[in-house]
Amino acid sequence: MATRSPLPPLATLGPLIALVLAVAFFATQSDRFLSVQNFSLILQQVMVVGTIAIGQTLIILTAGIDLSCGMVMALGGIVMTKLATTAGMNPYAAVACGMLVCMGFGLVNGLLVTRIRLPSFIVTLGTMNIAFAVTQLYSGAQTITDLPPEMVFFGSTFTIGGAAINYGTLLMIALYAFTWWALRDTQPGRHIYAVGNNPEATRLTGIATDKVLLMVYVTAGLFYGIASLLSVARTGVGDPNAGQTENLDAITAVVLGGTSLFGGRGIVLGSLLGALIVGVFRNGLTLMGVPSVYQVLITGVLVILAVTTDQLSRRGAR
Amino acid sequence: MNTQPLDTPPLVMEARGLVKRYGQVVALDGVDFELRAGEIMAVIGDNGAGKSSLIKALSGATIPDEGEIRLDGKPIHFKSPMDARREGIETVYQDLAVAPAMTIAENLFLGREIIKPGLFARWFRVIDKTRMLEESIARMNDLKVGIRSMTQAVETLSGGQRQCVAVARSAAFARHVVILDEPTAALGVKEGNMVLELIRRVRDKGLPVILISHNMPHVFEIADRIHIARLGKRACIVNPKKISMSDTVAVMTGAMRPDELPAEALA
Amino acid sequence: MTSSHSRVVRLAVGTLFAAALGVASAADQPVIGLITKTDTNPFFVKMKEGAQAAATAKGAKLLSAAGKADGDNAGQVTAIENMIAGGAKTILITPSDSKAIVPAIKKAQAQGVMFIALDSPADPMEATDALFATDNYKAGVLIGQYAKAAMAGKAVKIATLDLFPGHPVGAQRHNGFMSGFGLKAADAKSNELSKSSEIVCMADSFGDQAKGQTAMENCLQKNPDINVVYTINEPAAAGAYQALKAAGKEKGVVIVSVDGGCAGVKNVKAGVIAATSQQYPLKMASLGVDAGVEYAKTGKKAKGYTDTGVTLITDKPMTGVESKDTKVGTDLCWGNK
Repeated sequence: MATRSPLPPLATLGPLIALVLAVAFFATQSDRFLSVQNFSLILQQVMVVGTIAIGQTLIILTAGIDLSCGMVMALGGIVMTKLATTAGMNPYAAVACGMLVCMGFGLVNGLLVTRIRLPSFIVTLGTMNIAFAVTQLYSGAQTITDLPPEMVFFGSTFTIGGAAINYGTLLMIALYAFTWWALRDTQPGRHIYAVGNNPEATRLTGIATDKVLLMVYVTAGLFYGIASLLSVARTGVGDPNAGQTENLDAITAVVLGGTSLFGGRGIVLGSLLGALIVGVFRNGLTLMGVPSVYQVLITGVLVILAVTTDQLSRRGAR
Repeated sequence: MNTQPLDTPPLVMEARGLVKRYGQVVALDGVDFELRAGEIMAVIGDNGAGKSSLIKALSGATIPDEGEIRLDGKPIHFKSPMDARREGIETVYQDLAVAPAMTIAENLFLGREIIKPGLFARWFRVIDKTRMLEESIARMNDLKVGIRSMTQAVETLSGGQRQCVAVARSAAFARHVVILDEPTAALGVKEGNMVLELIRRVRDKGLPVILISHNMPHVFEIADRIHIARLGKRACIVNPKKISMSDTVAVMTGAMRPDELPAEALA
Repeated sequence: MTSSHSRVVRLAVGTLFAAALGVASAADQPVIGLITKTDTNPFFVKMKEGAQAAATAKGAKLLSAAGKADGDNAGQVTAIENMIAGGAKTILITPSDSKAIVPAIKKAQAQGVMFIALDSPADPMEATDALFATDNYKAGVLIGQYAKAAMAGKAVKIATLDLFPGHPVGAQRHNGFMSGFGLKAADAKSNELSKSSEIVCMADSFGDQAKGQTAMENCLQKNPDINVVYTINEPAAAGAYQALKAAGKEKGVVIVSVDGGCAGVKNVKAGVIAATSQQYPLKMASLGVDAGVEYAKTGKKAKGYTDTGVTLITDKPMTGVESKDTKVGTDLCWGNK
């Protein structure tokens, strides 16, 4: 009667297959696509969204969602750059302050969700607007330039075998590896899955679900803070209008990566794959000379495919 | 009350005069309860008779307004289900309280995961998956539950198997009492029997079991004694071997009064 | 009439008279509305500041509002209604959607309100009484001529970092650049981006620095030998420079842009941008306020298109292309100096 556990659901193999297919396709369309240099470039281009997506994955695993991620990231970037330039603060301290601000927003989101029991969609809709306004006000709607060199370290590269590898992408990959391990092998990580899969059951077994959720939101804020440093390092400026498309892009990456919006299922590495898929399409289409609007169209189609595959594979497993 | 024979097993759990009101509604109207070591006590009653309120009070899910509960003779006051668990009382709720996407081993240890030794592991709370797996296999074998792989997701199991996982979990961690709320509801004949077998083995390992059920045939098959709840009180305790199912149902619905039963039916 | 009674009457009449005078003088103050696309683009922030300064100087009252984002037509329509209710007789507007705003404008014009479009025209242009704007086509032509002169007959591989498809300003600057460079392109009336074989990569930057950087990186991947980059605005140019610098190619590439914001002029001075066409939002705003005051005082409406001017700013002038240096550029720039 007992069935063997099935292969990993299509939802997790899916993004890998899609990525491989996309890479194969673009390799045939342009001889400039398949090179270490180009892949290093794509990784750099998805590094900010990819890091935001780690935090977003944690929240979506608990069956929540964070609409404020991009805006909070932008605020973190403005805080750290403004403190380092106008206020003359030590750059490391300024970076820490920026990250703390992001974690603060995470804490606010988490408290509203756990104490007042508001749905995360609504809470983060509100904090998204608040973060955006605070960013505009604090920056005076101006970009902040002339940053100290320490702050843009993660934008710089080193060469290995003729290819330029970016420090920021190494950091992102390290963060993904750590988060993947923590979600798989540590108690807090498993509890995140449990809370998302069946919050009532988890509560009944004695796990402090509210503490788990609070930890998730604050940790997500930390990842947004790291993403803001990577964004600042990549562009070399503090941009108050950063992060606006990253909001939905991060959620897209998580969904394409096979994490279920209903919580409790998904692998964080999938979000990296999801971000890479979008990056590969954007890069590949530009190399082919195709207008950027098609990239948007394809992303929309992929999202629908990803969610449909997830639903069908789940029905098939029963 | 009958005079007790000298070799009666000791009382593990006892409640006297429990009262619980929800606004105007009196759910428990001075109900008594007792559970002896090594027995399966079934609690039956019509809807509104106070079964679930009684179980909630015993498992710590609600706090009674009046009355006393004793565990091994010691009075206790549970303020939450966690208090009850700490005293070694494990409850299996009707919706099973399992995380369907997680494995059997993970569900068995949910909230009580085994952490690896060492400073690094303790700081990050790294789970000792190998030991958890071994323990799960050991416990399930002990209770003779026939599920081949502990690493499959709970949602791939049949209803009866899921129930067995939930029951095995409670048996693994309970030190005093196991409470089961409608364990065979929604199960087919074969699956239901599988669960009953497991419950019997739990009792045979020395854990007394409180069982709520609507399923009369199952109750009669497995219970050592039956607590009949009626109108927020206990009508009586009967011996399933000495009373017919129809008489039991009659007392439960009020068609027959307990004092109309022959003395040997009471237990 | 008793003496106290007459004193009350005198007091009452006096108060009424004073109140009437107060109302009359308030009614004399011209009320002018300014509706920008957004509140966050520094271009519009400066435009608003310029309008406020001009209004204060001329004794007019300025009401201001903006849409929530680029393209938020409904927000601008609501703003028009609110401002009319607030007594505005002249409304200056930078339309987010040049076609969709026209019905609201017509409705307000029927109530005697004068409309002046700033920076971008309505569609059709005649829907507003007047237009005070940069000639975006000319802005493109200037930097195109500059780029051609700067490349001095070398073979060119051009990348264009545009806004996004279908936007009139994006098309005008792009096509103007091509025309100034000597390539065949559409005229100022078109909304389509023209192509040519010299343009090896066309990408959308959305006027955003990070997206401009990504677009330039991908273009470089496609054609590592790009030596001329046209950018829709200075943030996109900054992003393009980051990409070129990361590839070690920033020295040999000519980047041209449009806007003339203070941050952009700084970049020209720093050698990041070779030349930029400077436009004057403050001038648009103050001309608009002047017209509004004129209309309130004399009833004479402003008419037609007024070119608020565009100047090529560069520190490396080319013969045959008129330009001013960054000192002039900094004096005239908009933004935080």
